[in-house]
Amino acid sequence: MTHFTKKFIASAFIGTLLSVSAHAATLNIHNGGDPTSLDPQKISGDWENRIDGDIFEGLVTEDPKDNPIPGQAASWTISPDQKVYTFKLRDGIKWSDGQPVTAQDFVFAFQRLMDPKTAAQYAYLQYTILNAEKINKGEIKDLSQLGVKAIDDKTLEITLENPTPYFLNALMHYTAYPLPKHVVEAKGDDWVKIGNIVTNGPYKPTEWVPGSHVSNVKNDQYYDAKDVKIDNVNFYTLEDQAAALKRYRAGEFDILTSFPADQIEWIRKNLPDQAHVVPFLGTYYYVLNATKPPFNDKRVRQALSMAVNREVIGPKILGTGELPMYSWVPPGTANYGEPAYVSWKDEPYSQKVEEAKKLLKEAGFGPDHPLKAQLRYNTNDNHKRIAVAIAAMWKPLGVDIELYNTETKVHYDEMQRGQVEIGRAGWLADYNDPINFLNLLSTGVEMNYGRWSNPQYDALIKEGNEQTDLKKRAEAYKKAEQLALDDSAAIPIYYYVSQNIVAPKVQGFVDNIQDIHRTRWLSIKE
Amino acid sequence: MFRYALRRLLSTIPVLWIAVTVCFFILRLAPGGPFDGERPLPPEVKANLAAHYNLDKPLAEQYLIYVGDVLKGDLGPSFANQDFTVTQQIMSGFPYTLTIGGAAFVLATIIGVFIGCLGALYQNRSADYWLGGGLLIGLVMPSFLIAPILQLVFGNTLGWLPVGGWGNGSIRFLILPVVVLTLPHAARISRLMRGSMIEVMNQNFIRTAKAKGIGPRLTVMRHALKPAMMPVVSYLGPAASYLLTGSLVVESIFGLPGVGRYFVGAALNRDYGMVLGTVIFYMVLIVFLNLLVDITYAWLDPKVRMR
Repeated sequence: MTHFTKKFIASAFIGTLLSVSAHAATLNIHNGGDPTSLDPQKISGDWENRIDGDIFEGLVTEDPKDNPIPGQAASWTISPDQKVYTFKLRDGIKWSDGQPVTAQDFVFAFQRLMDPKTAAQYAYLQYTILNAEKINKGEIKDLSQLGVKAIDDKTLEITLENPTPYFLNALMHYTAYPLPKHVVEAKGDDWVKIGNIVTNGPYKPTEWVPGSHVSNVKNDQYYDAKDVKIDNVNFYTLEDQAAALKRYRAGEFDILTSFPADQIEWIRKNLPDQAHVVPFLGTYYYVLNATKPPFNDKRVRQALSMAVNREVIGPKILGTGELPMYSWVPPGTANYGEPAYVSWKDEPYSQKVEEAKKLLKEAGFGPDHPLKAQLRYNTNDNHKRIAVAIAAMWKPLGVDIELYNTETKVHYDEMQRGQVEIGRAGWLADYNDPINFLNLLSTGVEMNYGRWSNPQYDALIKEGNEQTDLKKRAEAYKKAEQLALDDSAAIPIYYYVSQNIVAPKVQGFVDNIQDIHRTRWLSIKE
Repeated sequence: MFRYALRRLLSTIPVLWIAVTVCFFILRLAPGGPFDGERPLPPEVKANLAAHYNLDKPLAEQYLIYVGDVLKGDLGPSFANQDFTVTQQIMSGFPYTLTIGGAAFVLATIIGVFIGCLGALYQNRSADYWLGGGLLIGLVMPSFLIAPILQLVFGNTLGWLPVGGWGNGSIRFLILPVVVLTLPHAARISRLMRGSMIEVMNQNFIRTAKAKGIGPRLTVMRHALKPAMMPVVSYLGPAASYLLTGSLVVESIFGLPGVGRYFVGAALNRDYGMVLGTVIFYMVLIVFLNLLVDITYAWLDPKVRMR
């Protein structure tokens, strides 16, 4: 081969490489915080879910609208008593190292999730599986007692404690992702490090610089790889929202997953059609300590709730247009229909204030005998703005509020220990089902910070939980919700909205109630 | 000099031990634990986590385990980034901080000394007002204000420089964060240098040098610069430890993966291992840098060497 030929072949090769890389579609996503781990059993946040949901896939996965569709399972059957689910895995599914994904990988993953030694924070989300809770609590030591069995390499059987209509939805959660048994057993805790990790989703991670980014590339072993349009995805760590917006404007990010609320008007004006601010399965509320006077008095709770002018909080105080909340379950929640609402929802605000004054007077409070209370919130500008505004709304009732803010860890520690009179709380759904919200008011659960307790409510929730008929289940839940609202168990304030800004070149971004947007469904139009 | 350095290093071990011990117990006494958050965990899950990280053991036992691990060179696990140990995270972030902080340190020293000298030599003349005064902007404007302004002007409006990110260490990506870090230190150094140089220039040995007919440039370079540098050198120790331990503001605004963010973030997250790890890292760095300052001092001032 002559020198010229060698040179020609070399330049042709480099040229080809360059042209390939020039056509490789890359998506840059602003992802907020640094991930805790890439191990799906060690994570707990939506910023981690964005990454893990791209690199792993469960039996069931999400379509662009966040509806459940077959993932690693091609199909499934449900037993008549709705307690046994039998999944048939797809043919030819592989881990990114080329090894087949088998039913044993799922059994291994579920057993590891429930093993107390794993210390998985979110193990309780799969407590609906037979013996899961007992194993996680250490009451059953034998992991094989878990209701997840491999019938053969392609068939997986999951037995539940009780019929659970949202189970398929819960299988989309990262706690239900399979793990590569062969790698975890060989590498131990190091299985998840870049260089060792193998994944079964549309992407595989190639780089993680803590504090900077996680980079994923398309996984050629994925069964639907031919339809995956984006080759590289970079998830950038950046908690400063103002800085993130500047980087988006400079074209360094294609998707922003949050932005400063006070910039919404500027964004709407200067980045038309790029802001995706839509209802989201999340609620913002205040708890009242129902075990302590005067908040053990329903009249006091209702008066405080009625005097909150919810209509101004989203548009005026936050500026992002969060919707006023008069129910406990957000509208649009699956398996439910329209939620129950407080009876005074549509009254004019002035009338609500008058009724609130009357209720407080009956309870023995008014301008001459003010109700003094402390309102606690965790450090955050928006929480502060809302607390100041609500304290001002309560002032005409003769309510004297002391505002008190602490960092998040201290706030929730004190809330759980019942040391709060009025406290700020929020809940973002783990799965799309009303029980995920209704449980917040059940007696004895950790997140019932106000310790409001009503046996009738608990009985209705239990009745709903035992129903296999979805319609009757929803009816029981709705009665419970109405009861909690009539009793002013807590003060609902607003439904969260998801706040994405998406560059016009990104195609396939579909707004949905859980704010899940897998890269698999996106493409880039150059 | 070697003995002196070794003695200085050994004398810091008890200080380091006391600091780590105090920090260990204060952290545990603080309300809120590493697993408290918006999502309350079921008690059994919390118990599993506590057992996994030895947090269920008596405090004294936890302390002994920690100290034992540190002596073996293991700073333990982090709760916030579980795929990396504390040592791995600090070592991963330090090269970035070192690059940016180191560049800012060198630039701040050169610019500060140069402008300080000019200010002293052209005292109360326009060069003094404009250069010294201009640099003072860096001192009075905090980095959380100046950084977004620079991003907006040079990134978003003019499009000359990237707004953030590391960009594989490309110089274009480093310019803005380095400038933000450099400005306040350059301003401080220039003020110190100016004052000190004015003082030195009025001393007898300088007058003698001038009387001998040595030109002003040579007088400054050969006779005045070294003694005038003394207060600057004293400042360089703390400045270097500040710059080389990373700036939370600069790293978070520019999205840089340095170690600065651990100082505050770890404490807020109750990430015990990371807080203690950063304390140890910070202290070792301060001890090392102070030692360097002392050695430089001894080189600059023969009286120090005599002691």
